[in-house]
Amino acid sequence: MNSKLYGKLIFEFSHPGRKAYSLPKNDFGRHEFPESMKRRNDAELPECDELTVVRHYTNHSGNNFGVDNGFYPLGSCTMKYNPIIDEEIAALPAFSNLHPMQPEQTVQGALEVEYNLQQALSTITGMDDFTLNPYAGAHGELTGLMIIRSYHESRGDIKRKKVIVPDSAHGTNPASAAVCGLEVVEVKSTADGLVDVDHLKPLLGDDIAAIMLTNPNTLGLFEKDIPEIANLIHSCGGLLYYDGANLNPLLGISRPGDMGFDVVHLNLHKTFSTPHGGGGPGSGPVGVKEHLREFLPKPHVVKDGNRFTVESPCCCRKSDGYCFKNNRISTYLGNFLVNLRAYAYILSLGKENIKNVGPLATLNANYIKESLRNDYELPIDLVCKHEFVFNGLKDKSTGVTTMDVAKRLLDYGFHAPTIYFPLLFSEAMMIEPTETESKDSIDQFIEVMRVIAKEARETPQLLKDAPVNTPIGRVDDVLAAKQSILVYKDDK
Amino acid sequence: MAKVIEGLYYSESHEYVRVEGDCAYIGITDYAQHALGNVVYVDMPEVDDEFEIEEGFGAVESVKAASDLNAPVSGKVLEVNEALEDEPELLNKDAFANWIIKVELTDKSQLEKLMDSKAYEAFCAQ
Repeated sequence: MNSKLYGKLIFEFSHPGRKAYSLPKNDFGRHEFPESMKRRNDAELPECDELTVVRHYTNHSGNNFGVDNGFYPLGSCTMKYNPIIDEEIAALPAFSNLHPMQPEQTVQGALEVEYNLQQALSTITGMDDFTLNPYAGAHGELTGLMIIRSYHESRGDIKRKKVIVPDSAHGTNPASAAVCGLEVVEVKSTADGLVDVDHLKPLLGDDIAAIMLTNPNTLGLFEKDIPEIANLIHSCGGLLYYDGANLNPLLGISRPGDMGFDVVHLNLHKTFSTPHGGGGPGSGPVGVKEHLREFLPKPHVVKDGNRFTVESPCCCRKSDGYCFKNNRISTYLGNFLVNLRAYAYILSLGKENIKNVGPLATLNANYIKESLRNDYELPIDLVCKHEFVFNGLKDKSTGVTTMDVAKRLLDYGFHAPTIYFPLLFSEAMMIEPTETESKDSIDQFIEVMRVIAKEARETPQLLKDAPVNTPIGRVDDVLAAKQSILVYKDDK
Repeated sequence: MAKVIEGLYYSESHEYVRVEGDCAYIGITDYAQHALGNVVYVDMPEVDDEFEIEEGFGAVESVKAASDLNAPVSGKVLEVNEALEDEPELLNKDAFANWIIKVELTDKSQLEKLMDSKAYEAFCAQ
């Protein structure tokens, strides 16, 4: 079986009554569920033998594409290599066999890892404390905004309901603010792609809870006015929230805490090299300055002499009103084995080498940008940080779009960049190579991008029909959005 | 090249206003539908909803992005274009023929702040 052409559903192998399990004899007697709790129809689960199941998923895994398969320049996602040593450490039985309900004295090593990671992330970002509990970036954003909201409310400052978000922001920023019950206000970018301070000023007032910024922003540009922005926001009583999606170029060089940010979230599955994609597991720790420490969610690991203990969630029913502590936002202490991988990554790089991450990521991005600028439109011509944005092909006369280029890249064995984001440019193509790619793989990508630009001029239909070398060809996005079929139904 | 129609008023966020007496039809421009790509969903307000100028009154979702609809003028919704519920792609076919909402204008003087077709054409060319 050629796994590259594999495209079956497990349901297609199903035969009624065929099974790959045998349950032990029931020693407990028969206990019926009440009628009201029973399902009315069969669940219609697939029924297969074990070998069929194993082959099915093994063949499917061959269709997958990850960093271990090839270059993956997905902008703002920092798809860097996940070192094997981190996996080996996470697989150690002393870690992987732990149970989250074990007594503290039996998991001192694991708690030490969590505590040390809290400390390391605080040092790297210039914050005073961290929670490792959020499971992903957007979960971290929500946690961070809840901390901000609790802070304002605890001071009786209940008017602060607005969150300022730049027009270049990650879509999760306004979404998280809305989920947190806050109102989103957009601040525009200048022609150079940075936050427009003159547009920001009139938005400020006593109803501003916070501004959410990514620095460098989604165009890969450093927000150089950040000291002034921080001053303006703090002067009106608001807080600064740092979206850590783009921390990679600053790692070990400059710190959000020193720029004036009060809250940061990090994506360990981006910057700190834990596995990424396919829906997780991720980890989105949140760091705060001293004045917000009391609002961090629990449980939280603290050090007491030579022992590590876990602060439990607050279960007070304060007589004088609402308790503003954030309590739980997850079960237990987050995705522990992901946090462990990140800790291993930080230790394996060390203080000296971690400073090389940013410059190398920046060099790689600028090298690609400068190598392709004759073929692709560069809307903002500045030195970028870890990523940059093209606005489609330079020559748009043949009607070839960013989507066509992205699909054609798949034919050449590369993952596509992030496309049609940020929304500032209609044909946006956001490229982030990361520091872990060799010059050879980057040169191959540049060569293929040039070939595609040539194809767009000479044989545009080839791009309109792409991809042709993948298990599934061009997907009909419109039909998929309008008539999604989410449940398998057997036609027979 | 995106189509622009004379006699309409245009906003910087690419909505148009077609005035008829004290009422107006509001939709997105041809330039906007080009930039959005294939539209798959239009989120529209309810009849009798009222909104202020620059307030969001809905959203257009395409395969590329979801984009807010900003009110180019203040008004009260008299009618929504129900055809867009089943066929959002009508916006791609002809954005000017397929308005999104019909409103009763609150303040006609607000129209003066919008662009005419010439100014909008120049704005898009920037």
